[in-house]
Amino acid sequence: MKKASNWTRKDLLSIESLSLEELETIFSVADSFKRTLKRSQKKLPSLRGKTIVNLFLEPSTRTRVAFEIAAKRLSADVITITSNVSSLTKGETLRDTARNIEALNADLLVIRHSAAGSPQYLSRIINIPVVNAGDGAHEHPTQALLDTFTLKEQLGDLKGKKVTILGDILFSRVARSNIWALQKLGAHVTLAGPSTLVPVLFRELHVEVTHSLKEALADADAVMLLRIQHERQTSTHFPSIGEYKSMFGLNLQRASWLKPDAIIMHPGPINRGVEIDSQLADSKRSVILQQVTNGIVCRMAVLFLCASATSQNDPKKLS
Amino acid sequence: MSIFTWISGGRVIDPANDRDAKGDVYAVDGKIVPRLSDTEKKQAQQIKADGLIVCPGFVDIHTHLCEPGDTHRETIQTGTWAAAAGGFTSVVCMPNVNQPSDNPATIQQINDAVERDALVNVFPTGALTMGMEGKELAPAGSLQRSGIVAITDSYRSVQNNEIMRRAVEYANMFNLVVMDHCQDRALTEGSVMNEGIWSLRLGLRGWPNAAEDIIVSRNVILSTYTGAHIHLQQISTSNAVEIIRRAKQRNVNISAEVTPHHLHLSDECVKNYDTNFKTNPPLRTPDDQAALIEGLLDGTLDCISTDHMPHTDYEKNVEYDQAPFGVVGLETSLAVCLGVLVQNKQCDFSQLIKLLTCNPSNLLKLGKGTLSPGADADITVFDPKEEWVVDPDKFQSRSKNSPWIGKSLQGKVKQTFVSGQKVWDGERVIISENNSD
Repeated sequence: MKKASNWTRKDLLSIESLSLEELETIFSVADSFKRTLKRSQKKLPSLRGKTIVNLFLEPSTRTRVAFEIAAKRLSADVITITSNVSSLTKGETLRDTARNIEALNADLLVIRHSAAGSPQYLSRIINIPVVNAGDGAHEHPTQALLDTFTLKEQLGDLKGKKVTILGDILFSRVARSNIWALQKLGAHVTLAGPSTLVPVLFRELHVEVTHSLKEALADADAVMLLRIQHERQTSTHFPSIGEYKSMFGLNLQRASWLKPDAIIMHPGPINRGVEIDSQLADSKRSVILQQVTNGIVCRMAVLFLCASATSQNDPKKLS
Repeated sequence: MSIFTWISGGRVIDPANDRDAKGDVYAVDGKIVPRLSDTEKKQAQQIKADGLIVCPGFVDIHTHLCEPGDTHRETIQTGTWAAAAGGFTSVVCMPNVNQPSDNPATIQQINDAVERDALVNVFPTGALTMGMEGKELAPAGSLQRSGIVAITDSYRSVQNNEIMRRAVEYANMFNLVVMDHCQDRALTEGSVMNEGIWSLRLGLRGWPNAAEDIIVSRNVILSTYTGAHIHLQQISTSNAVEIIRRAKQRNVNISAEVTPHHLHLSDECVKNYDTNFKTNPPLRTPDDQAALIEGLLDGTLDCISTDHMPHTDYEKNVEYDQAPFGVVGLETSLAVCLGVLVQNKQCDFSQLIKLLTCNPSNLLKLGKGTLSPGADADITVFDPKEEWVVDPDKFQSRSKNSPWIGKSLQGKVKQTFVSGQKVWDGERVIISENNSD
């Protein structure tokens, strides 16, 4: 196991704030954890005695379960609090909830919240490590970590590789975190989708923006699909699911515009038949389930690094 | 026996009278007089103002005093203390959503509180519509009889154009100014910061300039159509400045203001999700800031107003999306404006003081903002050079939601006089028995 000597952060709030070296550190720790997954005894003692609280104030399946499994594989005690069972429903503020969790001697807080900037806000008012599990439309750092980790497994070095992110970019924290991660790793990013959900202003982040699906797919090494959240904020941003599917849905015919070895990714949950055809989601091009598995090891790496940054113990006692 | 006041040796700047020279200011029994006799000088309370600037007390035509309705945030007492500390001797207070000034009894309640608690002059405004809900007209005539100086639905800009048209038409009969916080509601639903590269980066819901530009245009059209005076509050976009500029070239009866925070701060300030930068309208881009300054200097924008909007720490210290909009401004306004306009060599002291005194006063015909003989001796004395660090614990305001906390600013109010009475001595407010006379 490589020593994580250049890791000094206790919080993981965003990808934007990470250096390339820090990204590489996470990947290398994740990689060593991935090797342990193949053992029959999967549990590691690294975070034994630590208590991790998952405060999930927005619905989540994959991310919440992956964080729980990641923490358990590291032998931490995990408590998950969701919004409907928390005191926030009794009018307690997020600030008080978080300070109470700290006072209950938790060692690390994982937060999922609908308000952008909430993890930054919490990191200023509590002393224990804060890990962002998705904040509004801002960032979803561990998703971008598992996405780029998967991409590296599939494509090798990402320098010069072309990655297209397709769908609702405006409201997507996954898109934002991936833009930063891919750029730090040297990949070229193209954003594609309807003009209302992919405003050209994104070009100021040094990415390509196109509203032509064919153009977006033509030379991509990978395409990341995003779910269309039509039930939520985007209801005024495009006419209908049917319209979206007919203009931007990825079907078999359109997938033929891709290079033969290009891969298809999706952070989930997928809406079969909307942003992606069912057969494509299950095809060999799709790495959707590899992403999910990698989500465990990437989150193990993040929990390990952040919890160890403040630990009295030797952080490299991994086994 | 008469009370004589003599402020000597300062640089007296009174834009209403084109005065800018070293000299003395005199008052007898709370009114400005051109001179005192030698015997009167001997009896006078002399205030030495050498090295300081002496000017008319500032006039803020856009203050939220929060009473009645939101006195956990501010009261007429604490709000006017903050005004005195900031050199403001007259404030025009907005109606409050939690107890709208849509009836004479509420105005009377405000008048009573002013009589009892106010340290500076307070001019109330009335609601434009009942409950500030934008549906039925409030009784502007009766409200005026109770003492209001303008009508407005405060930050709830009237969306229904028919209601707005009738409101300005009706108010015009009484020569009442209609003040509007220009904003299209549908375009800003759920928005929390300026729409631009920073909202994209931060993942916060963007607030387009168009929301303001559309209602500014609407108001220009309604003013043209009815001849009524509409005052456009806290302009924040470059396009709005241009629309107003062109309207004024056609002599449309509109006026406009800008706040110190929109002049001084941009949307980049939001990058750490500090809710003390969450304002309505939001902090815009540097291009908008430049256009606002240009508009202020060429007369497109008539005055500077604070939009002093107090919120408690427990209201503001929350997630960015959840926090209420607004910042306190009375106690930092002068220093911020000195920095943006005078120290940056955009204009001289006299022009800035004009924007803080006679210009806003004239818009609402308050008869303030001047050192003319016979005027109320509302006087502010400030040191344009003194540096100070903004410490919220020293605020007179009940609330501390300032975007300048911890920042070093230059320019400090040393003394404030209302009708010849000293109400601020540079460190603390001075409450005398006579204040409520």
